[in-house]
Amino acid sequence: MAIVKTERHPDMPPPVSQTGVIGWMRENLFSTPLNIVLTVVSIYIAYSALSGLISYAFINANFAGETRDDCTGTGACWVFIKARFGQNMYGFYPVEDRWRVDVGYILGAIGLFMVLSDWFKNKKWAAIYMFAIYPIVCYFLFYGGTFGLTQVETSEWGGLFLTLVLASVSIFVALPLGIVLALGRRSEMPVVRLLCVGFIELIRGVPLITVLFMASVMLPLFLPEGVNFDKLVRALVGMSLFSAAYMAEVVRGGLQAIPKGQMEAANSLGLGYWKAMGLIILPQALKISIPSIVNTFIGLFKDTTLVLIIGLLDLLSVVKAGTTDKEWLGMATEGYVFVAAVFWVFCFGMSRYSIWLENKLHTGHKR
Amino acid sequence: MKKASFIAIAATATVMATSATAGTLDDVKAKGFIQCGVTTGLAGFAAPDNDGKWQGFDVDFCRSMSAAIFGDPDKVKYTPTTAKERFTALQSGEIDVLARNTTWTLSRDVNLGFEFVGVNYYDGQGFMVRKSLGVKSALELDGARVCLQSGTTTELNLADYFTANGMKYDSVLFDTADEVREAYMQDTCDVYTTDQSGLYAQRSVIANPEEHIVLPEIISKEPLGPLVRHGDNQWGDIARWTLNAMIATEEHNITSANAADLLANTKNPGIQRILGKSGDLGEQLGLDKAFAYNIVTMVGNYGESFSKHLGEGTPLNIARGLNAQWNKGGILYSPPMR
Repeated sequence: MAIVKTERHPDMPPPVSQTGVIGWMRENLFSTPLNIVLTVVSIYIAYSALSGLISYAFINANFAGETRDDCTGTGACWVFIKARFGQNMYGFYPVEDRWRVDVGYILGAIGLFMVLSDWFKNKKWAAIYMFAIYPIVCYFLFYGGTFGLTQVETSEWGGLFLTLVLASVSIFVALPLGIVLALGRRSEMPVVRLLCVGFIELIRGVPLITVLFMASVMLPLFLPEGVNFDKLVRALVGMSLFSAAYMAEVVRGGLQAIPKGQMEAANSLGLGYWKAMGLIILPQALKISIPSIVNTFIGLFKDTTLVLIIGLLDLLSVVKAGTTDKEWLGMATEGYVFVAAVFWVFCFGMSRYSIWLENKLHTGHKR
Repeated sequence: MKKASFIAIAATATVMATSATAGTLDDVKAKGFIQCGVTTGLAGFAAPDNDGKWQGFDVDFCRSMSAAIFGDPDKVKYTPTTAKERFTALQSGEIDVLARNTTWTLSRDVNLGFEFVGVNYYDGQGFMVRKSLGVKSALELDGARVCLQSGTTTELNLADYFTANGMKYDSVLFDTADEVREAYMQDTCDVYTTDQSGLYAQRSVIANPEEHIVLPEIISKEPLGPLVRHGDNQWGDIARWTLNAMIATEEHNITSANAADLLANTKNPGIQRILGKSGDLGEQLGLDKAFAYNIVTMVGNYGESFSKHLGEGTPLNIARGLNAQWNKGGILYSPPMR
């Protein structure tokens, strides 16, 4: 009688050393002697850098209290940020009117959600809301002067609020204007092409700081006394034009990557220039430009801090101004760390969204 | 140099195009507030407090003007200005008066078309060293390593001073005041030089302020004062006598606490004139006769403002020094108010 096992032996789990955390570590961190050395060195470097940071920012830091005297620990004094939080967020916007900014944020978040997410299907209304209705509502909401809202001069705007206003207005203006400029630059009409090339090269040829200086220092001298454009408007125009020039080159790169055959095919279907552009060329061109477009946006968002030099108090400069309050002298480090963290959150958010969008629009042409 | 002359040309063009812009006082009264240019933040001189209200020594000058004109110190709107755009802001009429610890120089007064109304703070470049170094005078600093901010007149003054005294030094340059302080703290250099008010401000921040001393030598003159546009003398007079009223009230020992009492009871004709009980000094300026009384009760005299924002008891802990009254060892001197 032969002993033959008829049923199949059940699958055994792989050895512990090859699965789970241990397996992953063996394979990725400790596979060769060189990797072991590299891993140990990296862990040491990360530890020595992070332990200082964590004990500065959390363990030894001061969170409770109201004034500088409450900061007795050796680490960061976050009391400084806490005590001036409203100012860092809204600048000199009157305290009793700050709800208006919050309402603006909420309306903007709703609009962004409708435009950006998959859940909301009717993109036409989302776009109309976001690009036509929302900016007008914001203007009346933030600036006031009508509908029973008190007027809040733009000189009182500041902090993160001002940073967001600067960045979002510039982004909203720069993208459409950049697309128009890019199309103009590739146009066969010489006057249009020359104008677009001239504009792009002129603006791209100078640093942003020069544009801002020109707008804030030279422009008022050429205007008659008493005729003053709002300082914020001047900065907004300068930044929007500047980023539009960069955006134009990004979009042009996308346009050039589309094979000529696409346009010819569109023409052979009987589509005119605008229809071919709008339905065939631009959707493809913009899709492949997403990483560069978001790159430009992130750069632009960070460039808003340059308005400090024309005396607008954005997030960075209002925190800096706070460090010169004689009650809070010597808080520069805390201020800069806080600003860096806020900027990181926004830029990282933009970056993740662009990755999500790229994957969503991925149609198998990726190389 | 080229930049300066370019601004000058542009300024001249503006001044010609809009010459004789009299009536700033009427404009200010019509709009109901003074637009005052201040710094974007300088400890003790102008900085926003926790509630976003601007506070400081320069800010008090703006508030005094508001008290003199409106009888209310808070009818001021502040425009933070940077060192580069402050003059344009004043030239273009964006602001009515600039109180931004600006050094009074000939070319700014004449070429840029401004009128300095006086000096509200006599500053000058000084040196700070560790006490442990045992140095008592700047003349003992031969061979020292000096930390300073680049791109300022500080650099030129330092070179002039050391050359004139036949001494050698190594300069260590940084971009911002905070970096200079950190370097000084870490012994990258022996000496920290900048304007004395700045030295006091930085000293208040460092760990053990009492271990550092500011040397007595002042190697440059930095008279800081408020300024207005050329061409409207009435407005300039108001600004000038607002400052003088602050100084004169201190000289006559009129304070925010005793002004009401003095107005009612004093027999001193000089004090009566200043407070508007007799004479017509206010009317001559086109203001209420109680303008100086309003200044001293609502903002305080020069000394009160100084000790509130800069003096002993504040973190800055600046001694009066040159900014003491002329009869107390300083050079602060208001022409007579009569």
